[in-house]
Amino acid sequence: MRWFWVDRFTEFVGSSHAVGHKGIALSDSFMHDHWDCYPTMPHSLIAEGMAQTGGLLVSEMYDFKELVVLAKFSKLSFQGITRGGDSLTYRAEIENVRDVGASVTVKGHCGEELRSVGEIFFARLQAGDVGDADDGMPTRLFDPVDLAHWLHVVGIFDVGVKKDGTRMRAVDYGLPTKLAQ
Amino acid sequence: MPSQDEIFTKVQEALVDALGVDEDEVTPEATLQGDLDAESIDFLDIVFRLEKSFDIKIERGELFPEDILNDTAYVQDGKVNADGIVQLKQRMPFADLSRFEANPQVQNLGKQLTVADMCAFVEYKLAT
Repeated sequence: MRWFWVDRFTEFVGSSHAVGHKGIALSDSFMHDHWDCYPTMPHSLIAEGMAQTGGLLVSEMYDFKELVVLAKFSKLSFQGITRGGDSLTYRAEIENVRDVGASVTVKGHCGEELRSVGEIFFARLQAGDVGDADDGMPTRLFDPVDLAHWLHVVGIFDVGVKKDGTRMRAVDYGLPTKLAQ
Repeated sequence: MPSQDEIFTKVQEALVDALGVDEDEVTPEATLQGDLDAESIDFLDIVFRLEKSFDIKIERGELFPEDILNDTAYVQDGKVNADGIVQLKQRMPFADLSRFEANPQVQNLGKQLTVADMCAFVEYKLAT
């Protein structure tokens, strides 16, 4: 199973907001044991989808090149249950930005119904932030080929625009322009 | 200019939201790191909330001047020296540093920052 918790983006505006979608199917493996007689999507995985939507939005501000990690959910609440056949729409909006990180608000809806709300903090790690562990700190979170693959398959380069309104292109971020075969 | 009670109420609200603590835990004497378990990333969250609540702008290092604490001119063997104390007092006129001066280990500064210090910081920012 690939750790993709957003299937496709339909909006992605740098330094502003992103809209991602996640379809839930009874065939999804996480539904089998959660629970057998009444399958529902675990809230932890909804939170992961919210974090991926917000995390990619924050990461774009640093050209997808820096170590942007989820630091904390300041707030997280869920309403209702999400079942097979539902489609969740996550809308992430940048709230605040500093050189050390950013906060994002993400709401998850199923149709008109609000299913989740979260305030998420992402830290931008820089040399010196983790003390003695710096020597072992990776320079980036993802291999560029893997990252490019992820961004391509979820449609970010199909819909994404940068802060200045120009189209997001993989090459602008130093990423491969085509999916690896 | 809001009253001290109004400032405390808003600071309390910011800390409850940022740290997930109960309102009654946020007393003026409570220390942010020691009593309320604030971690470094929480300070950024708190700063964002204070900016929004009070319509102020807080620059990096204003609330917690980490640049001084990372400067070898002011820190030796893990302790802030006399020059460093002078710098801290200039940069943190809102904080009572008397306890810190008695044992100026770098890590003690964050541990000793109280809710009352936060309120004083906001009052200082609103007045300047």
